[in-house]
Amino acid sequence: MTAQQISQKPLTTPFYPRLAELDRLNNWHSWKGYTTPDAIHDAELEYFAVRNSAGVFDLSPMTKYRITGPDALDYVDRLVTRDMRKIKPGRVAYAIWCNDQGQVIDDGTIFHLREGEYRLCSQERHLPWLKAATIGFDVSVVEETTEIAGLALQGPVSFSILRELGLEGIENLTPFGLTHFDFQGSELMVSRTGFTGDLGYELWIEPGKALALWDALFEAGKHYRMTPIGTHALDMARIEAGYIAALTDFLPSELTVRGGRSRSPFELGLDWLVDFRKPNFNGRAALVEEKRKGSRWRLVKLDIEGNKPANNSYIYAKKGGKNVQVGFVTSAMWSPVCKQNIALGTVNMPYGEAGDTLYVEIYYQREMMWTRVMAEATVVDKPFWDPARRRATPPADF
Amino acid sequence: MSERYDAIIIGAGHNGLVCAGLLAKAGKRVLVLEENDQVGGASVTRSFADGYSVSSCAHLLYQLQPVVCKELGIDIDFAATDMETIALSQDGNHLRLAAGKVTGVSETDAREYGEFIQRTSRFADMLQKYYNRTPPRLANFSRSDLITLGKLGFDLRFGLGKEAMGEFMRLIGMNIYDEMQECFESPLLKGAISLDAVLGTHLGPRSPNTYLTFLHRMIGNHGNASQPVGGMGAVTAALANAATGNGAEIRTGARVKQVVVENGRVTGVELDSGETADSWTVVSNADPYTTIMQLVHAKHFETGFIRRVSNIRAKGNAAKLHLALDGLPDFKGLDKKDFGERILIAGGIDDVERAFNPAKYGQCSTSPVMEISFPSFRDPSLAPTGKHVLSAIVQYVPYELRDGWNDAAREAFLKTTIDTIAKYAPDLPGRITASELLTPVDIEREYHMRGGHWHHAELTLDQFMFTRPAAGAAQYATPLEGLYLCGAGSHPGGGVMGSAGRNAARVILGQEKQV
Repeated sequence: MTAQQISQKPLTTPFYPRLAELDRLNNWHSWKGYTTPDAIHDAELEYFAVRNSAGVFDLSPMTKYRITGPDALDYVDRLVTRDMRKIKPGRVAYAIWCNDQGQVIDDGTIFHLREGEYRLCSQERHLPWLKAATIGFDVSVVEETTEIAGLALQGPVSFSILRELGLEGIENLTPFGLTHFDFQGSELMVSRTGFTGDLGYELWIEPGKALALWDALFEAGKHYRMTPIGTHALDMARIEAGYIAALTDFLPSELTVRGGRSRSPFELGLDWLVDFRKPNFNGRAALVEEKRKGSRWRLVKLDIEGNKPANNSYIYAKKGGKNVQVGFVTSAMWSPVCKQNIALGTVNMPYGEAGDTLYVEIYYQREMMWTRVMAEATVVDKPFWDPARRRATPPADF
Repeated sequence: MSERYDAIIIGAGHNGLVCAGLLAKAGKRVLVLEENDQVGGASVTRSFADGYSVSSCAHLLYQLQPVVCKELGIDIDFAATDMETIALSQDGNHLRLAAGKVTGVSETDAREYGEFIQRTSRFADMLQKYYNRTPPRLANFSRSDLITLGKLGFDLRFGLGKEAMGEFMRLIGMNIYDEMQECFESPLLKGAISLDAVLGTHLGPRSPNTYLTFLHRMIGNHGNASQPVGGMGAVTAALANAATGNGAEIRTGARVKQVVVENGRVTGVELDSGETADSWTVVSNADPYTTIMQLVHAKHFETGFIRRVSNIRAKGNAAKLHLALDGLPDFKGLDKKDFGERILIAGGIDDVERAFNPAKYGQCSTSPVMEISFPSFRDPSLAPTGKHVLSAIVQYVPYELRDGWNDAAREAFLKTTIDTIAKYAPDLPGRITASELLTPVDIEREYHMRGGHWHHAELTLDQFMFTRPAAGAAQYATPLEGLYLCGAGSHPGGGVMGSAGRNAARVILGQEKQV
């Protein structure tokens, strides 16, 4: 490839000037082409901000689609596995969508902005599938990723900061609720959503007002030890919350080539998102069949002995006195807040029921020397981190 | 209409009537709803000028399956059987093809033609069995799927034999052009066979799998045409009689507005009149796209399936010409008795391909190719005494005309067509007392076939057998509980055959496994 052919410059988000100014590490990566920080000054400290004060994460690169038209509700209801008729205007739904084979294409959040008007947010891009799903519907699906800038404000003091910012009535916003405010003549949407398993909000605004919002937010948060965070801190928080990530804990089914490499909702522990009372949705017939015949995989949360993170480890089970390999770890970390060595992994059925003992083979390196341990792991069914403040309305004051 | 029917059939085309007849014969309470005032779908006889009648869509019978006639106890009266095919030459030295023999060509061509027809007939006989069976699923096999696939494999390998199987596999995806170039010298002979291969399709002789479309015509009667007394409407009248005789109820002038779906399954239909009829089983003789996307709705199906259905190719490229004549025209080199035969204007194989060229880009052929018959010659009931009807299938006439269809465009193509025939019969224009040209748009409007395509879905390998009309609906049942397809869009395809209707009835009755 010649220099001339490399024409596409990395993209930057509307908040990039502020992030670049605050950056002390020069650790960036590409998120869907956008220059995104791994960390700004210290990944661990950024993580602790999310758990103890507040972290601000630039989520502008999130892929966003606007779904409108007379058939918008029928469209989203057929698209995803959960019952969208229950998601009223002003509410947000975490949802997954499947192909006809009942395999998960992706997960994301669907914002019911106003009557018959939705926004779908996902990590990956899905326009071909979303467009195919419009066939026969009076509905419009438009990608609006670049038209909305987004900031996640997450942590126990996030509510206090937003009140400080002057968002009146924010105390009434319940988890998975959304509401609109005026911000310097523009519409600011605030949703009580996030990817940290903690009290938190997401703020959405037109790109032209992004820096003004950043500045106002940091002014409001200056006495609250609020800090910008990078992807690393966010990833730690989401593992503690037990949230799965596309391309890490599962592959979007449209990206798999080999049989058995994609996952059904049941295989990701998302049974609660599948509503068979709906007469039709993408993947329904295949999922009914899977319920009857049984799944191939199970997603497990593991509490592992010791303190060596079990990244990329094989998972074993004892069978007839021997260890047999039954799966693999997809996300792992030492959890500072839980004081636990935790992991998410995938195992073959029927292994990995809550309470089962499994084993993970951990390799770790100390001063160049590799060491291997076989650590006992217990399957747990609750999120590792799930504080009551996540749900409290109104949230506690600081 | 509050009582529940065992089955409601949308459309009284020949397949709908066959399906109704067989379901009724098995003791089911069947209601057939037809939008037109006449049963028959595209197999009908109707008046087009005062005193003149014609088979107004399909006009000759090739493939009506004996097993269908036998099971329904129908017996067709024929005005002509095993009609000769005459391929016209402008110099009057025409070719005559009948029963595997051709005259007017070299000795080599005559011998090769005999072998060609024999070989193709063997393939047709082998396939015929599978035309009258539900195609097996290629994923999620059931026992009966495996048995059918096994039998198909066995028939291919041991029924045909090693060499013939090799030939079959070589030819099945091939175009008719290459096969013609390999077999014959005579341009006229190559033109005639290639026209038969592409009649009614949006394909030219050089398009892929036009050997298959030729083979399709050979199934049943090895490509020999017949003319029923009273026209093609007599066939469907007999089928309708068989259906009502078995207890089915047929209502004409009853357009189904939509299929009623409740809680994920079919519960009946709603008519334009607002009336409803209840049934757990609704069988559609309409084309698959219209059935799924219009009579039902995409929201009752999953996205992948809908994407496949919306990609079904069905763009008609054949027009139907009807002329009322005050007497038989004078064709150079034709005797009077020849008017009872089937006449082709194709020229050479390149002429057929060239005729297709403009149609690829939304324009009508300037030198169209066609199949002509004079049905009144054998069946005087179709025209006043001494007068005659010309019926022709004319190619190529695109469904999507670049500048849109209107009366002027129709008139212009009518003139082109008459001028083309007049090259062989100069006195024809002076004998015309009335005319009618049905473009694919008119055919779509009159017979409710999407794209005016008489196969409901192009007959190509990707829309054949296991994937006809689309994976997920190739076994007559659709993913929507209670909804079935029984028309030409389903296996084995178009042509007045009755197989799709019969196969669908057998699936609904659960008879398939007994074979």
